[in-house]
Amino acid sequence: MHPPGMIQVLGQRAQHALAFLGDFTIFSAQTLGWLLRRRPAPHTLLPSFYTVGVRSVPVVGLTGMFIGMVLAVQMYYQSSRMGVGSRMGGILNVNIVRELGPVLAAVMLAGRVGSAMAAEMGTMRITEQVDALSCLGTHPLHYLVVPRLLACTLLVPLLTIFADFMGVMGGAYLGTRYYGIEPHFYWYHTANFVGLWDLASGLIKSVFFGAAIGLISCHRGLNSQAGAEGVGRAATEAFVASFVVILILDFFLGLFLINIYHAPLARQPRFS
Amino acid sequence: MSQATATTGDLPGLIGLERASVAFHSQRVLRDITLWVPRGQTLVIVGESGCGKTVLLKLLVRLLAPTSGRVLFDGQDLALLRERELSQQRLRFGFLFQGAALFDSMTIFDNVAFGLRARGKISEDEIRSRVRQHLQEVGLPAEVESKKPAQLSGGMKKRVGLARALATSPEVMLYDEPTTGLDPIMSDVINELILLIRRRYPVTSIVVTHDMNTVRKVADRVVMLYPLSRLRPEEAQVLYDGPPGDMEAHADPRVQQFVAGKAGADWLNSA
Repeated sequence: MHPPGMIQVLGQRAQHALAFLGDFTIFSAQTLGWLLRRRPAPHTLLPSFYTVGVRSVPVVGLTGMFIGMVLAVQMYYQSSRMGVGSRMGGILNVNIVRELGPVLAAVMLAGRVGSAMAAEMGTMRITEQVDALSCLGTHPLHYLVVPRLLACTLLVPLLTIFADFMGVMGGAYLGTRYYGIEPHFYWYHTANFVGLWDLASGLIKSVFFGAAIGLISCHRGLNSQAGAEGVGRAATEAFVASFVVILILDFFLGLFLINIYHAPLARQPRFS
Repeated sequence: MSQATATTGDLPGLIGLERASVAFHSQRVLRDITLWVPRGQTLVIVGESGCGKTVLLKLLVRLLAPTSGRVLFDGQDLALLRERELSQQRLRFGFLFQGAALFDSMTIFDNVAFGLRARGKISEDEIRSRVRQHLQEVGLPAEVESKKPAQLSGGMKKRVGLARALATSPEVMLYDEPTTGLDPIMSDVINELILLIRRRYPVTSIVVTHDMNTVRKVADRVVMLYPLSRLRPEEAQVLYDGPPGDMEAHADPRVQQFVAGKAGADWLNSA
């Protein structure tokens, strides 16, 4: 038998990618169907909400705060070279609420919760616990996936607000205390520069990030291969895929939301 | 009458496969299997590891779907059932998984109560008494109720799995390698429990095993499958279908070899 040629290998890979995409689409549609069809029981929701929400607060807060501070360091030097050091608060905070808060909160969640969910479900699959659920009259998508998807979709925006807050506070502490910017100007420029739409666009994106983390991680987990290696791979793939999808979504949603903002019906310019 | 109900008149059994084949990608595992299990019978399916026994068992509750052919239960083609109907039909089965498949985030009580709660319309008091009854039935003390599966031995896990399967009062019990990984005494306890369940409840039982002690102890009928990779295309995958007592005297040397538990020349030459 001849070894497969390059075209053949490419063809096979494209076929696998398409099959994977189709499988993921069906999985997502079925999960959505279950979400709309039957409300999940509180005893399945609460543990997911606790794991995704409560237990992520420290790490998300810490990340948010340091990002605010790191950004303040860079922003102060850049803006003071241009002679607008006192205006750094505006630029820094708009970056936090539009981009860094949502993206970093989501990435932290993908790492902390997404890979753990994939590993947990992968283990349940290979030890036949998922099959046992089906045999006991419970659909795994309804019992396992819907609560996790809801937890991620609803709590990632809340965690984003917290990350934003910590980032803003971290940046403000460094800007006003360490670099000596007058707090009045710092906050004045922030209030002038950061609009409600900036905050909203960050939160809209985070809803999509949360849904992506929930769906990708559960899908990877439920399709885990046998053995410790298979579960480990599912967990890693869940994180990597979530990370890449978060960045891709961030780009396209960012573009879309900016276009909406600048649409003819949009509002007045920020600076008066 | 449901759309899924078969119109084939009197079927030869409560549950059955009709020309069922299963393949995973390019690898075929089951080929053209037709097998009917009458109500009340205890069928034991034996064969080497990798011959498709567990796959066959999972076909019966549609945890896997056949690549071709049909699976019928109580006159209904499982492929034609909607998700909700399938969930209801599955509650008529009790499945003891190879590793017990207990939910490790739950206590033993919640594991056994799971199927009852999924059914709904049963009070917590009723659930509590039924969980206790089934745990007692499989010889486990009430103290295990609050434990997590990780705190139990392999034999205890299997017995909890059995109690969980029994809790929903199934009509068909499916056992996947019930004695694998257990010491000889615990294996015999499990075999005795299979017999006890059959005596106490009107169940049809299908046991997948490679343990000949289980075959001798519990089987009304034995079916032996052979791995497709070592069969010629024209040979049937079911090598033996009959009472356990006639197995040893069967003409096919592969059946005799399995009963005797001896490695054949083909294995030794390939080693």
